[in-house]
Amino acid sequence: MLALDTSTSAITVAVHDGEQVLAERSVLDARAHTEHLAPLVQDALESAGLRPADLTDIAVGVGPGPFTGLRVGLVTARVLAYTVGVPCHGVVSLDALAEEAVRSGSVDGTAEFAVATDARRKEVYWSRYTVTAGHPARLSDPAVLHPADVADGMRGLATAGRGPLLYPDVFASPVTPLDVSAVALAEVALRQIAHGVEVGVDALYLRRPDAQPTSSSKSTLTEVRGDRR
Amino acid sequence: MADRPLVLGIETSCDETGVGIVRGETLLVDAIASSVDEHARFGGVVPEVASRAHLEAMIPTIERACTTAGVSLREVDAVAVTSGPGLAGALMVGVAAAKSLAVGLGVPLFGVNHLASHVAVDIVEHGPLPEPTMALLVSGGHSSLLLVPDVTNEISSLGSTIDDAAGEAFDKVARVLGLPFPGGPHIDRAAREGQVTIDFPRGLTTGRDLERHRFDFSFSGLKTAVARWVELRQRAGEPVPVADVAASFQEAVVDVLTRKAVAACRAEGVGHLQIGGGVAANSRLRALAQERCDAAGVELRVPRPGLCTDNGAMVAALGAQMVLRGRTPSDLGLSADSSMPVTEISA
Ligand SMILES: Nc1ncnc2c1ncn2[C@@H]1O[C@H](COP(=O)(O)OP(=O)(O)O)[C@@H](O)[C@H]1O
Repeated sequence: MLALDTSTSAITVAVHDGEQVLAERSVLDARAHTEHLAPLVQDALESAGLRPADLTDIAVGVGPGPFTGLRVGLVTARVLAYTVGVPCHGVVSLDALAEEAVRSGSVDGTAEFAVATDARRKEVYWSRYTVTAGHPARLSDPAVLHPADVADGMRGLATAGRGPLLYPDVFASPVTPLDVSAVALAEVALRQIAHGVEVGVDALYLRRPDAQPTSSSKSTLTEVRGDRR
Repeated sequence: MADRPLVLGIETSCDETGVGIVRGETLLVDAIASSVDEHARFGGVVPEVASRAHLEAMIPTIERACTTAGVSLREVDAVAVTSGPGLAGALMVGVAAAKSLAVGLGVPLFGVNHLASHVAVDIVEHGPLPEPTMALLVSGGHSSLLLVPDVTNEISSLGSTIDDAAGEAFDKVARVLGLPFPGGPHIDRAAREGQVTIDFPRGLTTGRDLERHRFDFSFSGLKTAVARWVELRQRAGEPVPVADVAASFQEAVVDVLTRKAVAACRAEGVGHLQIGGGVAANSRLRALAQERCDAAGVELRVPRPGLCTDNGAMVAALGAQMVLRGRTPSDLGLSADSSMPVTEISA
């Protein structure tokens, strides 16, 4: 399985054979998903000694995450899966963070915890988890919200992701990891497959596109793509 | 592969998801999915809406292209993609998709310039490009006069718009006249019922403007002049003669475009003019360009309208030329460059 995620500041890729990790590549660069992802994929496959045709499954983080980077991961995974002719499995990216928080022991083995990542525009993507049989189980659908709107009772939960770094006043107990690791994402995907759970590969945007029904949308367009002089 | 490479091209610089397949200099298929209807109610392209649509349309469009052309992806010799200029987020979807294809198939990747592709597309329509060729590219995002000695390697910009693009002017004037978006085809149609009765301004065509901006265009003053003319009528409580305004506006645009294009051919001693971009579909532009090229002894080439607007075939056409001329493929680290200059043909 090739697993990848671009929903956080990490551009992360892993190759997993179902039992162990064969290769892992990550770059921290929230603004350059397009540039880094394909070389990382190629590199990871090479170091695992595999050709794309050897893959049997691809897993991808479907977010939530900043849209542009998220789409790069999704289109990369979907098109590669289509090209090679293998299934593409979605994983809620926050679940991959939760998975690593549990596996690394950064959250207590029984208590509830949360994941909060940067949603930009002074908001976070947030979900709450509990731990059952050594694995995280999500208690709420991923939401996008202002940190101030996180309920008082939830603020003290151990919280993974960059949310606590950005809003230390709200999230009182920061824990690692900060960003998604494709290794953890692969583990979640493999477990989903084993349990017959299929998460689609639709992007979790959680927000509608900004669109003003005025002339300003056209002039924005021109600004971006007008002739260079 | 040597003399007839099979090249798949992807275009996502604006609101069209285009996938074209070319074998050598022969077009096999030009598949398009457009999100234009989703933008219509906003009166312009909304970048985030376009990017979301590209993501969803990508695989269905690739699939449709392959099925229609009767080729299997595995036969593809190279992948080409628009890497700029265009909407950043939209370009990235295409670039990432193209990279995945290149990695998955183990074939070279060519990131190419959108404007150069608009020129190269005529190769699959009318055969090899005369070298040099003059190209007038007029669309919703661009208005450029390009001197093209070698479409894979050397293009220089003689002039471009200093404000609105020609297609943008059509779209904005259409709104003033209460016509739907995109306005170009509606103005074209309305104009056929009207007469050129109003002498609207021709931007950058006289005196010092002409000296400083010999081959540049300006359509913003024209757009304002039309809006003011219409508003004065409306204030006076008089009906607006939509067909006549459309015809007069259109005449002003195509007069300047064709005059400068032919003048550029003369100045550079170039015997061939090609027109591309969405506005090349305009019937009056085609007619006046033909008339003026005939008078100047310039051969005019205009691809069919479907190949003038944004499409994947043009990217495949340029990609195939890159392969045929032995150009170096792009690195897998290729980025999308929203303001890629036309002098940069590949990335
Ligand atoms: N018959 C026509 N007359 C004038 N303009 C036209 C006509 N058909 C299309 N257009 C214009 O072409 C533009 C779209 O062209 P296209 O090449 O797809 O450009 P872009 O993607 O840069 O907007 C729009 O502005 C549209 O109004």
